[in-house]
Amino acid sequence: MTLTQNFLGAAATLAISASAALADPALIFDLGGKFDKSFNEAAFAGAQRWAEETGGSYKEIELSSEAQREQALRRFAEAGNNPIVMTGFAFASALETVAADFPDTKFAIIDMVVDQPNVRSVVFNEHEGSYLVGVAAAMASDSGTVGFIGGMDIPLIRKFACGYVQGVKAANPDATVIQNMTGTTPAAWNDPVKGAELAKAQIAQGADIIYAAAGGTGVGVLQTAADEGILSIGVDSNQNHLHPGQVLTSMLKRVDVAVYDAFSQGEDLETGFNVLGVADGGIDYAVDEHNAEIFTDEIKAAVEEAKAAIIDGSIEVHDYMSDDSCPVS
Amino acid sequence: MDKMPRWADLFLIPFINLILAFIAAGLVVLAIGQNPLDAIYFMIKGSLGSTSGIGYTLYYATNYIFTGLAVAVAFHARLFNIGGEGQAAVGGVGAAVVLLAVDWPHWTVALPFAILGAASFGAAWAFIPAYLQAKRGSHIVITTIMFNFIAAALLGFLLNGILKNPATQNAETRNFGPGAHLPTAHEMLAPFGIEFSKSAPLNFSFLLALACAFLIWLLIWRTRLGYQIRAFGHNERAANYAGIPAVRITVLAMLISGALAGMLSINVVMGEQERLIKEFVEGAGFVGIAVALMGRSHPFGIVLAAILFGMLTQGGFELLFEMPAISREMVLVIQALIILFTGALDHMVRDPVERIFIRMKNRSA
Repeated sequence: MTLTQNFLGAAATLAISASAALADPALIFDLGGKFDKSFNEAAFAGAQRWAEETGGSYKEIELSSEAQREQALRRFAEAGNNPIVMTGFAFASALETVAADFPDTKFAIIDMVVDQPNVRSVVFNEHEGSYLVGVAAAMASDSGTVGFIGGMDIPLIRKFACGYVQGVKAANPDATVIQNMTGTTPAAWNDPVKGAELAKAQIAQGADIIYAAAGGTGVGVLQTAADEGILSIGVDSNQNHLHPGQVLTSMLKRVDVAVYDAFSQGEDLETGFNVLGVADGGIDYAVDEHNAEIFTDEIKAAVEEAKAAIIDGSIEVHDYMSDDSCPVS
Repeated sequence: MDKMPRWADLFLIPFINLILAFIAAGLVVLAIGQNPLDAIYFMIKGSLGSTSGIGYTLYYATNYIFTGLAVAVAFHARLFNIGGEGQAAVGGVGAAVVLLAVDWPHWTVALPFAILGAASFGAAWAFIPAYLQAKRGSHIVITTIMFNFIAAALLGFLLNGILKNPATQNAETRNFGPGAHLPTAHEMLAPFGIEFSKSAPLNFSFLLALACAFLIWLLIWRTRLGYQIRAFGHNERAANYAGIPAVRITVLAMLISGALAGMLSINVVMGEQERLIKEFVEGAGFVGIAVALMGRSHPFGIVLAAILFGMLTQGGFELLFEMPAISREMVLVIQALIILFTGALDHMVRDPVERIFIRMKNRSA
């Protein structure tokens, strides 16, 4: 008897919550999970900020298998959640089919372009931010040799590397940039030991600043840099706090801004191509109490100058992905 | 020798195990301040309450049937094949190579060749540990588990190299094309006027898995080879004495096992993704071990256990969706508890229940 009552009660709460959930936005995290200290966590932060500021509520889910991508999209769309935001390019093929089936629901995908009338494709000008930290690296380097450690060797990460090299060369044309990729499989995103080895190798070659664009692998790079007494540059989220006084700055990719924007626009989400760059604050570099001492006014002035130049168009940072090649190395 | 009735062995014990597992899992849910009955309700409703839910449940079950049978066949020869994960991954490469090589006119033509590709690659991957076990005495548990890592690396290498679709950043092949599309449950049931969810990934492979279960039953209990495998598993020396060649049985049992594991890719790679992706096995090879244990290495039991594990996978996802307070890791804990009680703690229930039955029998006698 109590069992039936409980079931009925559960069904009733379900019915109520279903109607209340109507038009709540939803966020789907990739397999990396919500608290990955990087990409997904930034998305979560954006959603939280939106919820705190507006008092609204949103739905979220963490995936654990590939088959669940399409399932999660459909479940949220069927439940009336709108808009539905997802993190990561791996959602592209699932979104292609689901977006067509739910023409009245708005979707936003981060880091990927899906050409559907009800989809907003958010991409970042990572090359611009990498350029800025490249300028900072060249200014802060004593040896004239700086390093770059990428995660998985894909065009996106080469885009980071290329922007970085351009920034370094702009500030110091004689500087040398050592570049390494951690690997060619997704495991390269989460291999801090390999990251540490690469960092040691670069230090042995004279690098005194290393920029890590490598997800979880970067944690090992930053750690080694701190242990060996050189500076590092973080990526995506603000990683300055990981080793206070030893992380020069972090290239910020404001995934949180993208999620916050999408949630704020709600059902009237503007669809189409949405490029976030230095000009609109979607890409930035981090200055806080942890790096205030090492990020000198001189460096700051140079970086701010470059930033202004990118915004007014007098500096155009080459995007590796536009032609799959980099003019400098 | 006194024994409990067969129905108690096959149904009562697993059922009691399951109830205990649900109680333990319920306590965990209670501990984080949620209603355990709600959780069970959402898990059951999510896995069986809609055609979409059933579609996902049976889709996962298909994977577990293949890997469960793979473990069971090896287990009958007393070989513990932990390499289902790697054999399935390499089987996926086999299926993908076949499906990419030719522009297939129709799935009925493509399927037999895809099965051949998947099964032969999976079997080939199992052959090396089998040979090392039979001829060199390298322990199969160690070699198969090491081969899982090699398979993962191989898959990554191929998907970032010659098999990679240059149009995407993902490590994946291009799509196989419409000629290799397996009919989904929706497409198969529509002619009979049954409205099955369009989005569920359940496809023709489920029937293939059931057919495999029947064939494995025939093989193990109705053929000479099956008898040899069982005899070898029960007592290697006695089997040897009876003229059953150890090397041949070890290798054959592992080849069949690897082929079955490889066929998982027919469901995931050909049936669902329609392209080869990096992480498509997703632990099904390891779940297969639990499925085989719970199903007592009998194809019928394996099908039932696979469906239960399919329910856990799909129900767990729905639980995540309906009860936000329960995290992905919590769902894993609940699933693990169920595996623990139904698989590992089997004797905790079996021995007392057996004693009760024997006492009752003695009293009536």
